[in-house]
Amino acid sequence: MLEAAFRGSKRYWILLGVWSTLILIGAISFSRQLTEGLTITGMSQDVSWGIYIAQFTFLVGVAASAVMVVLPYYLHDYKAFGKLVILGEGLAISAVLMCPLFILVDLGQPQRFTNVLLHPTMNSMMFWDSLALMGYLVLNLVIGATTFDAERKGGPPPRWVKPLILLSIPVAVSIHTVTAFLYSGLEARPFWMTAILAPRFLASAFASGPSLLILISLTLRGLKKFDVGREAIQKLALIVAYAMVINIFFTGVEFFTALYSDMPHHVHAFEYMFMGLEGQNVLAPWMWTGMSIAIICAVLLIVPKFRANERFLAILCVGVIASIWIEKGMGIVVTGFVPSPLGKVVAYTPTAPELAITAGVYGIGLLVLTMLYKIVVTVRERQQVM
Amino acid sequence: MERSRRRFFRDAGAAALGLGYGLPVLGTGCSFSEEGTHTEGDPTNQWAMVVDIEKCKRDEVRAACVEACNRAHNIPDIPDPDEEIEWIWTEKYEHVFEDQVHDHTPHAVLEAPVLVLCNHCDKPPCVRVCPTQATWKRESDGVVMMDMHRCIGCRYCMAACPYGSRSFNWRNPQEFIAKDVNGEYPSDYPTRSRGVVEKCNFCVERIREGLPPACVEAANGVSGGEGALTFGDLADPDSEVNRILHDTHTITRRHSLGTGPNVYYII
Amino acid sequence: MVPGMIPVKGKGVRTMSDRKFIYIGIAVLLIVVLYPFLHGMVASGDTTQPELYLPSDASECIEETEYMTANHMVLLNEWRDTAVREGIREYTSQSGEIIKISLTGTCISCHGRKDEFCARCHDYSNVTLSCWNCHVTPEGN
Repeated sequence: MLEAAFRGSKRYWILLGVWSTLILIGAISFSRQLTEGLTITGMSQDVSWGIYIAQFTFLVGVAASAVMVVLPYYLHDYKAFGKLVILGEGLAISAVLMCPLFILVDLGQPQRFTNVLLHPTMNSMMFWDSLALMGYLVLNLVIGATTFDAERKGGPPPRWVKPLILLSIPVAVSIHTVTAFLYSGLEARPFWMTAILAPRFLASAFASGPSLLILISLTLRGLKKFDVGREAIQKLALIVAYAMVINIFFTGVEFFTALYSDMPHHVHAFEYMFMGLEGQNVLAPWMWTGMSIAIICAVLLIVPKFRANERFLAILCVGVIASIWIEKGMGIVVTGFVPSPLGKVVAYTPTAPELAITAGVYGIGLLVLTMLYKIVVTVRERQQVM
Repeated sequence: MERSRRRFFRDAGAAALGLGYGLPVLGTGCSFSEEGTHTEGDPTNQWAMVVDIEKCKRDEVRAACVEACNRAHNIPDIPDPDEEIEWIWTEKYEHVFEDQVHDHTPHAVLEAPVLVLCNHCDKPPCVRVCPTQATWKRESDGVVMMDMHRCIGCRYCMAACPYGSRSFNWRNPQEFIAKDVNGEYPSDYPTRSRGVVEKCNFCVERIREGLPPACVEAANGVSGGEGALTFGDLADPDSEVNRILHDTHTITRRHSLGTGPNVYYII
Repeated sequence: MVPGMIPVKGKGVRTMSDRKFIYIGIAVLLIVVLYPFLHGMVASGDTTQPELYLPSDASECIEETEYMTANHMVLLNEWRDTAVREGIREYTSQSGEIIKISLTGTCISCHGRKDEFCARCHDYSNVTLSCWNCHVTPEGN
C-alpha cells in the first residue's frame, strides 16, 4: 500500500519537488536560527510569540476539524461521508504533525524539548497540550491505517478500532480546547482571558477544516482522481455554514463585552487590531479584510442556492479559510501582547527567515499530505479497475 | 554515588521512552514517581522588598541599583530595546501603577520614575505555566527561581507574567557584557546562553552568604539613597520590611490580579 | 499482463526499473552504516589517547579517578540539580570528605587548565561540552 507514494506521474513528482524546495528553504533558515538565535525573527521582549505559535494555533484547529467527518460517519453511520473520512484523517495527520514542529522552531533551546516529558508538570497547559496532540496523532495514524487497509481488502475494519474511533472524537475536541486554555488562563493578558476562547477556537476550526476538505475534494474530482460525491460536499458546506455563523456570533459576543463595558484593557486590544494604537496599525488592514470576508462568506453560505453551486462554494471556502487564518494565524496571538503589561505598544512583523521557516514547516505538512492522498487515490483507482 | 546512579538510570530510561514519540505517557509515568509530585506549600520564609519611590527619584540612586545588579549578574547591555535584558529597571509611574492614576493626576506623578523588578509573587503565574519546572517558587524562602539548564525557551512565562519582569535571550548575550581592562566579566556569576529566559533572582547568591541584594546595598551606598530599598523576611516580625509595612502606607503592582507580589512601594 | 512486468504476490505489479532503485537504496544504506568504520580505517589519524593536564598537587580527585573518568558527567549533573534546584551546596564523597558543590570553585581550583583537561578529552571523544558556554572562569587561571 505504501509503495504507491513512491510511484507517480510527472505532475505528482513536480508537486513533491515544490514541497521539498519549501522544506529546503525552511531548513536553511532554521539552521541560521539555530546558530544566531531567535533574534532573526520579528519577535521581541514585548511581543514574545509570533507567527510560529499562531500557525500552531491555526493548525490545531485544522487537525481537530476531522471530527466533523468522523463523527457523522462513525457515530451516526452517515454513509455519504464514506469516501471522505480518510481524507479528513489524512488532513488531521498532516496538520497535527506540523503543530509540534511549529512549537519546536519557536523554542530557544529546541534540543531540550524532551524536558517537557522528562519533567512533566501537571499545572502547565503546555504539558497537557503536548500529550493531547501526540495522542491525537497516534489515534489518527492507527485509525486511518487500519480502516483504510480494511477497505482496501474489501472487508470491515477490525473490531478493536471502534473504541479508538470513539475516543478520537473527544480527543479532537480536547486538543483545541487545551490550546485555547494555553491563552485563556493568563491573568496577564486580558484579551485572551475570556471563557469563550475555547468555543470560539472550535467554531472557527469547524469552519476552516471542512472548507479545506471541500477544496481538496473538488480538486481531486477535477483531476479525475476520485469523487467523494456531491452529497458529501454539500453536507460539508452546510457544516461550514453553521460553524461560520457560530464563529461570527462568538466573535460578536466578545466585541460586545469589550466595547459595551468599555473597560480600557479590553477595549485597547480591539482598538489595536482594527484601528491601531499609538500609530502602530500593521494589523488593521488585515483585520478589516478578514472580518469583511468572514461576514460576506457566512451570509452567502447560508443561502442554499449559493452553496449548491460548487464553483461558487469553492470561492466561499477560500474566503472562509483566509478569514480564519487572518484571525487565528495573525490577529489573536499577537494582539494578546499589545499593549504590554507596562503599557508599551510594540509592533510585530514576521521577518523573511521567519516566513521561510514557516513555509518549510508547511512544506513538511504538505509533503506528508500529498503522499498520504496519493496512496488513497492509487488504491481507490485500483479498486475501481478491478 | 548510589544516588547518582539511580538518577542516571531513571533519566536515561525516561529519555529513551520520551524519545519514542508515541510513548509519551510511559516516559512521563516513569518520572512522575519522583518529580511530578512537587508541592507548592506556603513558604516558611518569604523575602520581600520595599521600594521608597520618593527616595528613588534621584537618578544616581536608581542608576547605582541597576548598575550594581548588572555587574553582579553579568547582565548584557544590548542596545536594541526589543532584545534588552532587564532584571531591575526604571518605568514611568503611570505604567507601573495604571490603576492609581487618572485624568487629573499631575504630570510630575505620571512621569515619576519607578524601579521595577520581579515581584517574587506568592502565586506566580510564570511558575504555574512553565512546562518543565525551569522556574519555581523556592519553598524555603519564597524566591521565584530560574534553572537556566532546564529552560527550553518556550517563553510561556513571559506571556504569563503580568509585570513584564522576564527577558528572553534572543541572541548570545556574552558579546554584550562589558568586560574590564583585563578582558574579564564583571562577576563570576554564570552568564546565560542564547535561548533561555531570565529575570531578577533576589540575589540568591548573595542572600546565601548573608548579604543583602546588590541593588539594596548599592542604594544605601549613595548619599540620599539610604533606605531607598529595604530587603527582609516577611516571616520575621522584627524585620525592617515588616516594620515599614506596619507603619507606612504601601502598595503593590496590580494587586487585583491576585498574584501576591512581594515588592512593596511607598508612594 | 504487460511483458517486462513481474507479478508480485498480492501486491499488484512491480516494474523492472524498481530493481535499480532497490540496489541504489541498498548501496546508500551500506555506505551510511559503514561510513564511520570506513572513515576510521582510511583516516590514519592519531588514535592515541589525549594527553591530559593533571594537577600536580593532588593525587586523587574528590572520588576515585576511575569513577570520575566514567561518571563525572553524572556527578556534575547531580551537583547541578542539587545546587540550583535544592540549594544543597555540600557533597559528601565516598571517603566521607565534605566538598563544596561548585563547578568554578571546586573543580576548577584543581583543573584550572580546562582547555588541556576537559576540552582535550571531549574533543577526542567528540562530545560537545556546554558548561563553559555560561560558567565563567577568570581568564588564564
